[in-house]
Amino acid sequence: MTHQLNALLMVVLAINLFALGTSRILALIRIVAFQGAVLAILPLLVHQHLNAAAAVVVLLTIALKGFAIPAIMIRALRDAQIKREIEPLVGFLPSIILGALGTAFSLLFAGQLPLAAQHSGSLLVPTSIATVLTGFILLTTRYKALTQVVGYLVLENGIFVFGMLLIESMPLVVEMGVLLDLFVGIFVICIITNHINRAFSSMDTRRLVTLKE
Amino acid sequence: MAFALILFPLLMAGLAAAVPSNRLRPWLLPLTATVHLALVVMALGQADLTGTAGGWLVLDPPGRIVLLLVSTLFMLCSFYAVGYLGHRQERSNRVFCTCLLSFLGLMSLVSWSHHLGLMWVAIETTTLVTAPLIYFNRTQQSIEATWKYLVVGSVGIALALLGTFFLAYSSLHAGLEPSLNFDDLLKHAPELSKPWLHAAFVLLLVGYGTKMGLAPMHTWKPDAYGEAPGVVGAIFAGGVTSCAFLAFLRVYHICTAAGESAYTSRLLLFMGLFSMAVAVLFMVGQRDFKRMLAYSSVEHMGILALGLGIGGPALYGTLLHVVTNGLTKGVLFLSAGNIHRAYGSKSTDLVRGAIRRLPLSGTLFLAGFLAITGSPPFGPFISEFAILNGAFDAGRFLVAGLFLLLLLGVFIGMGATVLQAVQGRPPSAVRNTPYHDGWLTAAPIVILMAMVLLLGLYIPGPLTAMLNDTVRFLEVRP
Repeated sequence: MTHQLNALLMVVLAINLFALGTSRILALIRIVAFQGAVLAILPLLVHQHLNAAAAVVVLLTIALKGFAIPAIMIRALRDAQIKREIEPLVGFLPSIILGALGTAFSLLFAGQLPLAAQHSGSLLVPTSIATVLTGFILLTTRYKALTQVVGYLVLENGIFVFGMLLIESMPLVVEMGVLLDLFVGIFVICIITNHINRAFSSMDTRRLVTLKE
Repeated sequence: MAFALILFPLLMAGLAAAVPSNRLRPWLLPLTATVHLALVVMALGQADLTGTAGGWLVLDPPGRIVLLLVSTLFMLCSFYAVGYLGHRQERSNRVFCTCLLSFLGLMSLVSWSHHLGLMWVAIETTTLVTAPLIYFNRTQQSIEATWKYLVVGSVGIALALLGTFFLAYSSLHAGLEPSLNFDDLLKHAPELSKPWLHAAFVLLLVGYGTKMGLAPMHTWKPDAYGEAPGVVGAIFAGGVTSCAFLAFLRVYHICTAAGESAYTSRLLLFMGLFSMAVAVLFMVGQRDFKRMLAYSSVEHMGILALGLGIGGPALYGTLLHVVTNGLTKGVLFLSAGNIHRAYGSKSTDLVRGAIRRLPLSGTLFLAGFLAITGSPPFGPFISEFAILNGAFDAGRFLVAGLFLLLLLGVFIGMGATVLQAVQGRPPSAVRNTPYHDGWLTAAPIVILMAMVLLLGLYIPGPLTAMLNDTVRFLEVRP
């Protein structure tokens, strides 16, 4: 079980690095959607005994993270008629190196946190922290509004990975709430992005600089 | 009772979305708010703390204070909102009213929830329903402010979720039945796994601190408060921040019960003093008086963090400060909204002589400034003095000294801007603008100011009892 789990988590870590290295926004949205779908399978591996509720969560997560949210974002991308993230604050190669350093740091940091017996040997904690850090890098170093939303999605994916440690004990209601909030959040953000698009005829948050000291 | 308080405003929000008349719709706000406040008073009258919904919803002493504060503030703001929206008939207020009413329901949920997961969901949802309020004016600046609020706020709230997970894992790792129920966590606090608890505290401090607006996570605040209508600013600075503070207070409570107060107080003292210092820096020379109020809010969230950091003897003052700050922020933002409306500007380059142009709003703005900077005989003076006393009692002389110094800095910085705005002669261009103080836009501010003054002269018995209950509640060791 732990082997399969760790194999999937390695895929998630690799996607993090890829997301940091790509300049094409469409590819970025797709790869992060794939990451979301991969993560959605995790509950099946973590759960000792499969029940209907867990299956519903898996299907819902795949539908939301893998299809619904990317579809909304790709539409927003088409409306905005942009293809690439140009001149990020930190270049693509340095971002990958930063991401790799972040992953190494996560492994070290996770070593400081003691794990319960049933989770020993799994990469859940370092993957979670590394993915959260990747989300942060995307959020802070990219200027296109859509890329920042993708960064936020990666951040949420990292938190989702950590949730796997608790899935046995967290009531279903809370998980649903998490997903719903995520969905509504992205939905609202996309609407706003469209307004940003209309008002600034570009989805570049660098234009959002009238408010400063 | 819990369900009535939470669901009634949400139901009315649905109704507001369905009402077709732009003129009648805003009246749903005071109607709902008055019924809500009456229900809150009834709920507070019931002495027992037994919960509903399997222990998920409990009204404990800190929840009572926040619920009463926000319900009162919201009630007064709702009357003001009717007056404000009366001046803005050119724009549909459907989304505005719906979001405000939903916020009232969600705020009730935050103060009742005794499950950290549920509480997190409620806080996250308040972020979503308050975002359209900032966007009401549909200007480029308001889009920018909303975008920053959503991005910074969502990241903060995501970190708070991660922190909540860490907290749950700390109980799992300790071999306990993992739970996010507040009472369970509190009961088993000393047994929680320490490394996980420490990490959870940092994440939750950053997460809910973003929502409160502690520096350096405050960057959304000046933009949002500056661009939102005054009434929204009042509800943010008095309501949303108080809810976030309550959420953080629960985490603080668990950490203190776990015997980690040495660890938490160092972080809180630093965050508190840092927030105050940042506020002073940006307040000096600030020409935009609404942004200045936002920095004042950063400062006061810093004071709350500082008060928790001092702990024990300062807790009473800190809790009182939640109330006095909330009410005074109401006075300031609502009167600033009126001034903004009369002058069509919020920069002191244009706004001068507000006392002559708007005798009532201008005077209230000045009085609100004196109150918020801790001048006697107003409420914040009493609460800030209690925190200062607490710092001396706890033997933290350096912290007390820095606190006083920063308060002085805020007084000078804020005073320069406020005096510029209220004194002098109004420019001739604004003498004939249509706005004049009316009943709906002035009376709520007068009532708020009267309450701030009352709290400075005499704290009513029931409120003292609630504050003392809360201090005892926070100091309970399992």
